[in-house]
Amino acid sequence: MIPTRTIQLLDPASVHTVYELLALAVLTPELASRVQFGWAITIHIVFAALSIGLAPFIVYFVVQEIRTGERRYERLRKFWTKLFAVGFIMGTVTGIPMAFMFGTNFAAFSTVAGEMIGGPLSFEAKMAFFLEAFALGILLFGRERVSDLAYAVSSFLVALGAWMSAFWILVVNSWMQTPRGYEIVTEDGVQIAQLTDPMAAFFNPRFPWMYVHMQSAAVISVTLLVAGVAAYFVWKNRDSQVWGTALKAAIVVLLVSSVFQVIHGDLYGRHVADTQPHKFAAMEAHYETGAADLHVVAVPTDLEALTDPRAENLYTISIPYLASFLAEGDFSAEVTGLNDFEYESPPVAWVFWSFRVMVGLGFWFVFLGLWGAYRLWRGGLYEDERYLQALMVSAPLGFLATITGWYVAEIGRQPWIIQDVLTTADGVSTDLGQGEAMVTLVGFVVGYVLLFGVFCYVFKRLVDEEAKRHETGIDDRETPDSPGVTADD
Amino acid sequence: MTSLLSDTEYVVDSLPELWFGLVVVSLGGYLLLDGFDFGLGMLFADATGEDRRTMLAAFGPIWKANEVWLVLFGTVLFAAFPRVYANLLSRHYLLVFAIVLALSLRGLGSKLREEREDETWVRFWDACFVAGSALSPLLLGTLVGSWVLGEPSALAAGPIVVGLTVVALSVVLGAAFLGVKTEGELRENVLERGRIAVGVYVALFVLTAVALYALYPGLRPVVVSAPTVLVVAVTLASAATVLYASLDGHYHLVVVGAAGVAGALVAFVAYLLYPSVDPAASLTVSEAVVSPLPLNLASIFAVTFLPIILGYFFVLFSVFSGPADPAEGY
Repeated sequence: MIPTRTIQLLDPASVHTVYELLALAVLTPELASRVQFGWAITIHIVFAALSIGLAPFIVYFVVQEIRTGERRYERLRKFWTKLFAVGFIMGTVTGIPMAFMFGTNFAAFSTVAGEMIGGPLSFEAKMAFFLEAFALGILLFGRERVSDLAYAVSSFLVALGAWMSAFWILVVNSWMQTPRGYEIVTEDGVQIAQLTDPMAAFFNPRFPWMYVHMQSAAVISVTLLVAGVAAYFVWKNRDSQVWGTALKAAIVVLLVSSVFQVIHGDLYGRHVADTQPHKFAAMEAHYETGAADLHVVAVPTDLEALTDPRAENLYTISIPYLASFLAEGDFSAEVTGLNDFEYESPPVAWVFWSFRVMVGLGFWFVFLGLWGAYRLWRGGLYEDERYLQALMVSAPLGFLATITGWYVAEIGRQPWIIQDVLTTADGVSTDLGQGEAMVTLVGFVVGYVLLFGVFCYVFKRLVDEEAKRHETGIDDRETPDSPGVTADD
Repeated sequence: MTSLLSDTEYVVDSLPELWFGLVVVSLGGYLLLDGFDFGLGMLFADATGEDRRTMLAAFGPIWKANEVWLVLFGTVLFAAFPRVYANLLSRHYLLVFAIVLALSLRGLGSKLREEREDETWVRFWDACFVAGSALSPLLLGTLVGSWVLGEPSALAAGPIVVGLTVVALSVVLGAAFLGVKTEGELRENVLERGRIAVGVYVALFVLTAVALYALYPGLRPVVVSAPTVLVVAVTLASAATVLYASLDGHYHLVVVGAAGVAGALVAFVAYLLYPSVDPAASLTVSEAVVSPLPLNLASIFAVTFLPIILGYFFVLFSVFSGPADPAEGY
């Protein structure tokens, strides 16, 4: 026992700081619920996008395998199907808690919006989840048990399930952004949204924008992943026909989808300005009502600029009046500033910086697509080391763009959980205790970090195993695929 | 004839009751199908080597589709009785996330054990698989018990006894499933466990009935009534079927018997609940149900897709019928 030493360590100032930090870390049930849901979707969306984007590639590989009988397609199908299987389990494991969180953490919201969102969620289960789980069982375990045609159909049904699941979940989400087709009624003293027009509610103004943008984002994310992995194997072995095939297919898809996404995103922005002006203002950190400039590039000059971006504390390259034009089609149009809304602003820094990361990455993807197209046209794709390296580095970036895009959409709509109907604060379960909320929040943070780590580990093992196969061939039916030997189909 | 999309009247008057029935049926479907998997996961604990791989080969193609029945149950409850969904889950906040954790361990364990050869890794994920398979039915049964008995918290004797009952039921179901998916010594071993489990189940079921009578005076008229006698009779007949069929080598009949045991339990749950759908909040079916338009619409989807879903399971279980082969896979 060395009491003096203990006293020294616990000097009052530092104890005070520790308490302050602890107090900061203990969130209100509302904030804990928001962070928990936001964190869960941050991880879940990676797996959701993986399913949506990878399923069409697998359909392509299966169809080509059956049509041509070439082994290169079989190898691609096997490699990506294994990743799909792990991603699907991760997607289920991370997705089921989110459906429960509607009830556990946002019980008041579920009561108000139950008639509007309960239906679509159950349609998702009936139309999509069963289809996907059933068809995946056959895709993973049934190659030898069913006919070629039935196998190809099952790969298509997996894709259909993934795309239909996104359809219904985005019906729910877009309704919360631009609610339509309901009427507020009082039932047993509680105000609830009663469904009056299902078509108006499901196909609300935001829905087509969101669905197209998300599906395209998922395709781009997975295309970059496929391109990055293919670039790695081609870089290791330029003669690999298996991965050369995958690389070329990915470049074509990347070019088309990334250009499409930039144009679509621009139009989507105008729609957001019309329907959720406060989100648009947060995207540009536009505080004072008036003509708005578009900040093409923004660089924070100090820490405060990072946490509280405003035009005056940023070094920006801006196009004067362009944001006005984007929002209203008129260069001198007034864009309402954040100071002039009757409710509080969303956390501007998150929205502003997420938007810039997403848009910046979007242009980078277009550049990668053009670069690859040039190489396909002029030749020398496999020799362009710098391009192959750029693709490898960019393999995870599509997912990052997807995540930041969701931050813009979801953080940008705060304080509303249902735009102009219910605030997030009023949507949280009334009897949720701080202790419970913190326990599960910490559990989700730790648990999902571990899950994601395990997923990355499994992915790396798959790549390593494939690299080994590259050199030796996995069984005696296969010819070695080492440098100088071209015979993997 | 009322218009299908009327916003003033249910397309048939008893539609709220039919949806209460669908909630119960989807719960029953889940209890039965994932019960196969939970039981398999618990029986996995005392199998070794090749037997474990055989069991996982039986489990692999079907468990994901089976687990979707839980999502179906949750979303059907949400679609028809949103207030009950909100109440039930927020009232059992920590229990719900404990269930999520248990289900995750089960799902991940089965998949990740294959990813590496070394023994520590395999043993760790096997332990997760077994623990998840045992805890999931225990916690789910506790949640259902707490819901039906209207307890403010699941930490009460009644719900926990229900949880244990569901664990025993899952072992019976898992043994019955493995009875048709395996051969030889492994099959005889699991069926022996299944026979013990069915005895334990009957004992626990009687204990549950006694506990209901003793601890919940409000339920006494329900416990002592003709339908309860019928439930007990079906349970005993089904349990006897499991015993007889497993000893006599009628493996498919064992599955029928086990399904009968499960069906009787779910019927009892429905009987205890109705006409309430959330006893703790004193909500009846007619009070908690959504308005006519969303329920009529959801009924159209249900009538269209439920037969298709049953078709999926028919195809899936046909494609993967017969003894499982550990060498098969992708």
